Amino acid sequence: MAAMPFAGLAMPRTAFAQAPATSAVNTTGLAVTDTDVTVGILHSVTGTMAISETGSVQAEKLAIEQINAEGGVLGRKIKFIQEDGGSDWPTFAEKAKKLLVNDKCAAVMGCWTSASRKAVLPVFEQYNGMLYYPTFYEGLEQSKNVIYTGQEATQQILAGLDWVAKEKGAKTFYLLGSDYIWPRTSNKIARKHIENVLKTKVVGEEYFPLGHTQFNSVINKIKLTKPDVIYAIIVGGSNVAFYKQLKAAGIDLNKQTLMTISVTEDEIDGIGGENIAGAYACMKYFQSLDNANNKQFVSAFKKMWGDKTVIGDVTQAAYLGPWLWKLTVEKAGSFDIDKVAEASAGVEFKQAPEGYVKIHPNHHLWSKTRVGRARPDGQYDVIYETAELMEPDPFPKGYQ
Amino acid sequence: MFGEYSLGELTSIFVMQGFAGLILFSVFLLMALGLAIIFGQMGVINMAHGEFMILGAYVTWMCSTFFHGYLPALVPIYFFIAMILAFLVSGALGVAVEWLMIRRLYKRPLDTLLATWGLSLILQQFYRSVFGPREVGVELPQWMLGSLPVTDVIEIQINGLFVMALTTIITIAVAVMMYRSRWGMQVRAVVQNRVMAGAVGINTEKVDRYTFGIGCGIAGIAGSAFTMIGSTGPTAGQLYIVDTFLVVVFGGAASLAGTIASAFTISQAQSIMEFFLSGSIAKVLTLLAVVGILMLRPQGLFVLKVRR
Repeated sequence: MAAMPFAGLAMPRTAFAQAPATSAVNTTGLAVTDTDVTVGILHSVTGTMAISETGSVQAEKLAIEQINAEGGVLGRKIKFIQEDGGSDWPTFAEKAKKLLVNDKCAAVMGCWTSASRKAVLPVFEQYNGMLYYPTFYEGLEQSKNVIYTGQEATQQILAGLDWVAKEKGAKTFYLLGSDYIWPRTSNKIARKHIENVLKTKVVGEEYFPLGHTQFNSVINKIKLTKPDVIYAIIVGGSNVAFYKQLKAAGIDLNKQTLMTISVTEDEIDGIGGENIAGAYACMKYFQSLDNANNKQFVSAFKKMWGDKTVIGDVTQAAYLGPWLWKLTVEKAGSFDIDKVAEASAGVEFKQAPEGYVKIHPNHHLWSKTRVGRARPDGQYDVIYETAELMEPDPFPKGYQ
Repeated sequence: MFGEYSLGELTSIFVMQGFAGLILFSVFLLMALGLAIIFGQMGVINMAHGEFMILGAYVTWMCSTFFHGYLPALVPIYFFIAMILAFLVSGALGVAVEWLMIRRLYKRPLDTLLATWGLSLILQQFYRSVFGPREVGVELPQWMLGSLPVTDVIEIQINGLFVMALTTIITIAVAVMMYRSRWGMQVRAVVQNRVMAGAVGINTEKVDRYTFGIGCGIAGIAGSAFTMIGSTGPTAGQLYIVDTFLVVVFGGAASLAGTIASAFTISQAQSIMEFFLSGSIAKVLTLLAVVGILMLRPQGLFVLKVRR
């Protein structure tokens, strides 16, 4: 918190002198005054999802503090109201309504699981709010009231499969997942790509209840079928059990190729680096990315939240939310939701830790896909990235 | 399904699959033993059983951090110390909880369900505030990782062997305590008739307290052992609670043999079906079978014959 105390106090005054009148930038009664603007943060800090959502809250608070230190948005400092979704989807909807109706938040950074996003979506559309949603997800959704700062499924899956087919000469794939909408939809897309585009074979596809802790049977099946690639989309506590048991069963990830889209640096903290070293992950961001933006971001994050914290893909995507909103508001010259939604397409954020992002007219982000290889110390070595930004395609033709 | 594999491959896989079933059996039995004492013998529905397990896991994590940081020479054996500490810490918390809460509820067994469920929420939030909402990784000594290669395909997991050995030892210890010791006789007497047991001079309050404490302590050991195969986080206990109750109820409360038989049946059914079907379907079929059998035999597999 003590990062930039003087800058935080001194900047707004100079900015305030040029700030446009409130009546001009806020015609719909949002919580905007001459000196500040209120946004909401809506994540689970209690319940089972707190494991994953903590990083997002930290990243959003960091971004807000940095924006305020630079003078805020249209000369107004950002104040935030934080609500706890409690890992319970109806609670998310209730709190979203509170943030929009009672608190008149100009934007909300929040949600993590698709279930929570689906629960709040009707609220944001009915009361016309703006949601910045950070998680990579299954796609098949698009809304005027949501900016998706994570990857939709094709951005996360296709380039990684292409890479593993080309680099590893992979011919057979074994698909694994936790049993809910995101892994199932993602594996459906992966299967179509493996069979129709790469002309290779899926030799097994399995799902496990959330929280499943016993993977020995499926590990035996994997040993029997000997796939070139294990493609794993297992989440939460199950992840830890899966990788520990894989290692115990003598499957060496330096010899057996395993690719995952569900293990970020955050998850490795719980799994233990020695249990997953050698696995490949397909993400858009890794903490070890070597560029100037990311170095600044990582050091600012650690300064604010402690040296031991790690930064995963979603944490970075959550950090983009407040910044993209600020840039959009300044482009629109207004806090009005309709004008912000309208101005979103084409907004660029050149200081993004992942390098560079741009909002597509479908409200998802153009971003690169990267492949990283897990190291025993819990970080990833980035070993491949797409040359171009990948176009977001939430309703992919031929993959449904 | 198996046409394309050679006989040798199939044999090896079935050997390993049999071993996987035995590991699952040990895991189920280990997590159910503590509850079998508390629910089976005392009739207390302890919804916080999973949280007592996770307390053991956190104790193990603290030991791991401590030994890796300050006593690296002792790292190879720290796990045994951690298990003993896990037993003591979880057991002590169990004794405290019994004294503060459970002993007021013996006459209202159904209320123990609500009270201990509340306790589980309190403990979860306590872990979250103290240890952080993220999962922690327990670093194991090198010798406990990996597997012993028997042939090219057959590999025996070391942590699986460890859990099997541990479960055997604790099951024997519990059986001896329950059926061969003076304390066990007192426990069974108190369960069968609290008033008469008191009248013949058994200190029922003390028996209750230590029984509950030992049940929680065993949960702590189980939690400590499960750091080898599962995750350690504030809500990880919830992953085990359903299976644990399933094993104890299916086996028939108040019967150690029933718990063992039930753990064996459920684990074998699940492990075999998981191999031929998929993970989710295996779970569904297992639960359906258990529900069906409990409808026919509401008392569970084994029944203790007592005159009521």
